[in-house]
Amino acid sequence: MSSTTTAAAHDDHHHGPEKGLLRWIKTTNHKDIGTLYLWFSFVMLLVGGALAMGIRAELLQPGLQLFEPQFFNQLTTMHGLIMVFGAIMPAFVGLANWLIPMMVGAPDMALPRMNNWSFWILPFAGAILISTFFMEGGAPAFGWTFYAPLSTTFAPDSTDFFIFAVHLLGFSSIMGSINIIATVLNMKAPEMRLMDMPLFVWTWLITSFLLIGAMPVLAGAVTMMLTDRNFGTAFFDATGGGDPVMFQHIFWFFGHPEVYIMILPAFGIISHIIPTFARKPLFGYSSMVYATASIAFLSYIVWAHHMFLTGMPVAGELYFMYATMLIAVPTGVKVFNWVATMWKGSMTFETPMLWALSFVFLFTIGGFSGLMLGIAPADIQYHDTYFVVAHFHYVLVTGALWGIIAAVFYWLPKWTGKMYNETLGKVHFWWSLISVNVLFFPQHFLGLAGMPRRIPDYALQFADFNYISSIGAFSFGLSFLLFTYIVVDCIRNGKPADARPWPSAKGLEWTLSSPAAYHSFGEPPTRAEILAESQHS
Amino acid sequence: MKLLLTLAGAITALLSSKSVLAEYGLNMTQGITDISKDIYGLHMMVFWVCVAIGVVVFGAMFYSIIAHRKSKGAKAAHFHESTAVEFLWTGVPILILIAMAIPASKTLIDIEVLDKADMTVKVTGMQWKWQYDYPEEGISFVSNLSQSSRDVVDGTPEEREAVDNDDTYLLSVDKRLVVPVDTTIRFLITSSDVIHNWWVPAFAVKQDANPGFINDAWAKPSEIGTYRGQCAELCGKDHGFMPIVVDVVSKADYAEWVESMQAEKVAEAASATMVWTEDDLVAKGETIYNANCSGCHQKDGSGMPGVFPAMIGSSVTNGPAADHLNIVINGKGGMPAFKMLSDSELASVITYERRSFGNNGSVVQPSDVTSAR
Amino acid sequence: MAEMERKKITKGFWIKLVSVPILMFFFAYAMVPIYEVLCDITGFNGKTGTVETEQLYEVNEERIVSVSFFASTSPGFPVQFAPKVNSMEVVPGKFYTTSYIAKNTTDEMIYGQAIPSVAPTDAALYFKKLECFCFVKQGFKPNEEVEMELRFVIEPEMEERIKDVSLSYNFYKLDS
Repeated sequence: MSSTTTAAAHDDHHHGPEKGLLRWIKTTNHKDIGTLYLWFSFVMLLVGGALAMGIRAELLQPGLQLFEPQFFNQLTTMHGLIMVFGAIMPAFVGLANWLIPMMVGAPDMALPRMNNWSFWILPFAGAILISTFFMEGGAPAFGWTFYAPLSTTFAPDSTDFFIFAVHLLGFSSIMGSINIIATVLNMKAPEMRLMDMPLFVWTWLITSFLLIGAMPVLAGAVTMMLTDRNFGTAFFDATGGGDPVMFQHIFWFFGHPEVYIMILPAFGIISHIIPTFARKPLFGYSSMVYATASIAFLSYIVWAHHMFLTGMPVAGELYFMYATMLIAVPTGVKVFNWVATMWKGSMTFETPMLWALSFVFLFTIGGFSGLMLGIAPADIQYHDTYFVVAHFHYVLVTGALWGIIAAVFYWLPKWTGKMYNETLGKVHFWWSLISVNVLFFPQHFLGLAGMPRRIPDYALQFADFNYISSIGAFSFGLSFLLFTYIVVDCIRNGKPADARPWPSAKGLEWTLSSPAAYHSFGEPPTRAEILAESQHS
Repeated sequence: MKLLLTLAGAITALLSSKSVLAEYGLNMTQGITDISKDIYGLHMMVFWVCVAIGVVVFGAMFYSIIAHRKSKGAKAAHFHESTAVEFLWTGVPILILIAMAIPASKTLIDIEVLDKADMTVKVTGMQWKWQYDYPEEGISFVSNLSQSSRDVVDGTPEEREAVDNDDTYLLSVDKRLVVPVDTTIRFLITSSDVIHNWWVPAFAVKQDANPGFINDAWAKPSEIGTYRGQCAELCGKDHGFMPIVVDVVSKADYAEWVESMQAEKVAEAASATMVWTEDDLVAKGETIYNANCSGCHQKDGSGMPGVFPAMIGSSVTNGPAADHLNIVINGKGGMPAFKMLSDSELASVITYERRSFGNNGSVVQPSDVTSAR
Repeated sequence: MAEMERKKITKGFWIKLVSVPILMFFFAYAMVPIYEVLCDITGFNGKTGTVETEQLYEVNEERIVSVSFFASTSPGFPVQFAPKVNSMEVVPGKFYTTSYIAKNTTDEMIYGQAIPSVAPTDAALYFKKLECFCFVKQGFKPNEEVEMELRFVIEPEMEERIKDVSLSYNFYKLDS
């Protein structure tokens, strides 16, 4: 409302966006930076996906047809690292950048110049990481979890570059989180209270606290690795009085909050989309906030459920089993609240809603396999098998990635001012849905049947399901070509979009034009506007 | 609680022909120990609880998707909170979780409730094989992926199916672990390099093999048969190529096996004092080379430039025997130590390396190895 | 811009916020001594403890625990290393002596260090050594055979259900 007039009135002060390439390098505008993050993460998704295609191509049949075993280990390691640190996390930061200021009625992020730097570190970090493929000894090949001593004493030279890339990626995330916390707590509209904020803002606020707590621990772990490898320390080397199991404690102390970092923003996204297309307010707003906070707190005290088989005493196994099972409670609360939001609503099934609904279904399946994994004695048979691979791909792909894709379809009109092609959107959805399940569901059976993780070749009894899974993978990979087309086609040829293309959508961003002006909320929204757009009413 | 587990297992049996499912690779194995059966029961119990919750939640979801759609004329209600309902769907799951945690805790404690061990086997993980030691019986040997599997990794599907005549491509070894049935066996698991993990699904034994530390695991196998497992922790290049094969045999057969292994050891020691012909050394050496060395140095001795030195024309294989012996016995850098091989095994493989691949190194006798140690 | 209506971010806020990642980085390093202490207190990870003197424990002569001894050497450690006896029946609360034999078969001086590990983990807390050769740099003269003594007790507080305990020593090569 006030944004366009403000922008016009202040044009001579702002000079509008720069022209050409320099705009993107120098920008401190949250919308531009959001766009940069999103495109970067998309490219990384395709790179990580290409590596996955390589993995599934080798696993299509028993025998080694395509790759040497050590190169295969590089593929699996880099696939994990690129997807986690290059695709999923930056995509969520991109969404945060675009949406949070608009959603809280702020003109931009708290530290716009640091914001620019947070982004521009990423292409360098990504380049360093990918360049390890071309170094002598090859890329890191010790799994994305890089346990010592495989990653210290027995690792190739490129490992030091891997460590450097991780430092950079972590630094970027930490700066981004500081920016988000400062923005949300200090720059939200003066008339907006914490419990007025939309769920996406809440989940990102909580995620930011997880990030500033967990990422530095990862930095500590890789620094210890660096000194073990190069400066004679022995943190993880039993010879020098160290302990490889301690590496796992430090890594997973970061690692478990990390996976919640990757899902909480998705929870926020779903909490926006379902109410819009059910034409009904989100059920249990306060519960959703408390549940998210509980999940975040619990995520710090369950890390050793990744370590049940390291030689843990019974007391430790019991505690971590109970704490892990407990996380199912607030997570379940969220799922029930989404279903209650749908219940007795008036639903339509545009593309974003299709993604959101299937998220609820498929993420919950991932949650079920997670619960099973948490049962410590049963984990004896699940650990390090494809059952684990199936679990985390359900929660990360049909969970986190699904949330990101849903968000893209939902907010693309706001970002671009154009509508995507709804028919193609639906085709793409069904293609992805079917492929992803053909890809990952059989992996539950592979794990139960005894197939370990991270192997390039397998015994013959695992052949059939691997074949099916690989076919699903190729299909799923191809679906991203359609996705690219839909997005690019929207940007170039899409029909003009309304300010509020989804009539029942709530949120301050929908009061802005589509596309949103370069600068918005120069004037903060009034209490009446805030209440009108609140998820409560 | 044990009743509940049995019940869950029984229901599964009725509804899904459990052994068939496991055969089709759809479900976990029941295994051949009490613990493995308990774990299977737990797994099925959690599974069915999840199915039940899924039916309720997804049922509501799908009903809603069908009944509460705008196109069917549904009008949106306005309710958006209920403290009572939040308490209900927080409390009920907690109760369900407690109900699951009780049998899970019991099984966990059962795994640790240690009977007096009837025997102990030490398992050492190495890149990329397992070493088994029976300290009381004085037996020690290394177990590698079988040559027949190794040969067809880049072969045809038919070749892979024909391995060992019983469908055990990648799950067969040159020397199997042998244990007696109905015996409480204690496994002490460690590693000599990176973290490995020793897993036999039929025993429900899976423990990390940590370098420098020992972990223990227990099994009391109750059925005679052959059981196969794999390394379950990424340990480098050939992580997928270091399987485990255990023969559970009758106590009588086990006693015979122990005797034959001990006799073999005596024969080895005797042969170590003999002078071997070059042909004998090379013949035996070729088998040992292919099982232990070809993974890195390649069957044709070409190695991998920059990573694994070639045998062909190498200064080690053509140079002083003492240096060659030192490297193989004690290891060097990335090359593991092979001192667990016997004197004649080492003499054979070293001679094979020195006399093949176009090399012109000296012959090494078992007595040379004895003095080099 | 209507900045006068918006909150001003205080310096205190920044200090508090930025201190979190900095403190957490140091916490990662703090995890190292915390881990040591926790392992000592709880005996997790098979780390054994020591006793200073031969104290008296309340002993139940009926209770027998089987202790087995293992030896490993890391690759590149050219010293033969083995326990003198493979196993011993012990009564918790009584002190026992055994030894390990190390034989340097090379012509050079070799230095090494032994690291103990006890299984099951729940027993480690109660396996106390009075004299041992662990964590101490040892020198082995060329062609020398050495007997290294170990005096230990299993404290009676160890759970009754544990009937087998294994002690393993792993010898690593040190450069000098």
